[in-house]
Amino acid sequence: MALTREQLAQRVAQEFQDGYYVNLGIGIPTLAANYIPNDMQVVLQSENGLLGMGPFPLEEEIDADLINAGKQTVTMVEGAAIFSSAESFGMIRGGHVDLTVLGAFEVDCQGNIASWMIPGKLIKGMGGAMDLVAGADNIIVTMTHASKSGQSKLLSECTLPLTGKGCIRRVLTDLALMDIEDGKFILRERAPGVSVDEIINLTDGELVVPDHVPEMTF
Amino acid sequence: MSGFDKVVTSYEEALAGLEDDMTIIAGGFGLCGIPENLIKEIKRKGTKGLTIASNNAGVDGFGLGILLEDKQIKKMIASYVGENALFEAQMMSGELEVELTPQGTLAEKMRAGGAGIPAFYTATGYGTPVGEGKEMREFDGRHYILEEALSGDFSIAKAWKADRHGNLMFRKTARNFNPMAITAGKISVVEVEEIVEVGQLDPDEIHLPGIYVNRLIKGTFEKTIEQRTVRTA
Repeated sequence: MALTREQLAQRVAQEFQDGYYVNLGIGIPTLAANYIPNDMQVVLQSENGLLGMGPFPLEEEIDADLINAGKQTVTMVEGAAIFSSAESFGMIRGGHVDLTVLGAFEVDCQGNIASWMIPGKLIKGMGGAMDLVAGADNIIVTMTHASKSGQSKLLSECTLPLTGKGCIRRVLTDLALMDIEDGKFILRERAPGVSVDEIINLTDGELVVPDHVPEMTF
Repeated sequence: MSGFDKVVTSYEEALAGLEDDMTIIAGGFGLCGIPENLIKEIKRKGTKGLTIASNNAGVDGFGLGILLEDKQIKKMIASYVGENALFEAQMMSGELEVELTPQGTLAEKMRAGGAGIPAFYTATGYGTPVGEGKEMREFDGRHYILEEALSGDFSIAKAWKADRHGNLMFRKTARNFNPMAITAGKISVVEVEEIVEVGQLDPDEIHLPGIYVNRLIKGTFEKTIEQRTVRTA
């Protein structure tokens, strides 16, 4: 079975380590904040200018001056810090954020990512995505493995305008966890009940399948 | 106005000298920390042909979105413009020129503009449409593109608290682009929630010194929320 949104978020959270500063993109990456293990401290960075982002506020806590990068009202945890957007992207560009998780339309086996523009259809802007993929060393892209019509999103070469070139090394889809090395996808884990053949069929870029590909555990 | 006293008492005075075809650098992220009353004054004045650099372009009916109603904006420099139907329509019809700029690059362009740095290299946008036509250079085996600084005839911004000399404090994530935007305008106009006498702010707690501020005005703010999200207890 393909992973649900919640399972994707859970699998992302397994990549967290105690003491990590993490930037989570809009959508599934944000959900991963719900699965931070209790015995672990992780500080969430929001690129508009906040370290130490907390959960959504209670109705009576809503503050128009306190939002996240998705423009949603949020709270701050104890020990939070506020800074300008220039400083925020300084810490992103300077490689100080330990892990970045974001979504994409396409990823290819050269580590290229396309996530911001569909010519003629969707032109809303890249926001902070280009800075995040250029600045971070440790990035996980979360996405569905294929489109609704069954077209692979893991390509030999991205077809859409790029967000970043050669910067992605790990992709988590609803079917598989893959690394990107030397121009190839390497299959690391598969979703419970999903066969290696199914993943091969839905991966357009070159895929290396090790002898043993474990199922993800939650 | 006299000496270091930056306080003006009307929005008309705050934006005196703003003319057609000028460039404005604006603070704010989404609708958070935007100079909402200065934007309303630009609408009232009817200034046209404006180039505006701001992370976002407001929404229909609020923030910079209201300047689209009378087609006052000629060109928008922004990182994300997805929340605005009128914007999309004017962009698609070619009435509005748009220069999409990555968020961190935009913040740094403003910072550089205010700090006398004409351009800087960044890896952001290399190998993407953003890097097309820009100078490229390799440092330590990584590719970078040259991005030029941004500065404007005016900057408009919002802070929380100020003293009469324009020393500023911001509140929570309403800080965002405001400090850099203020430094990047030839005439910088800041609206705030509270103005106190000189000496009442602790110098150690000032986020942006008044040297960057030309005009200061106290306003009242609607603070519209774009995405009202709550949890239940």
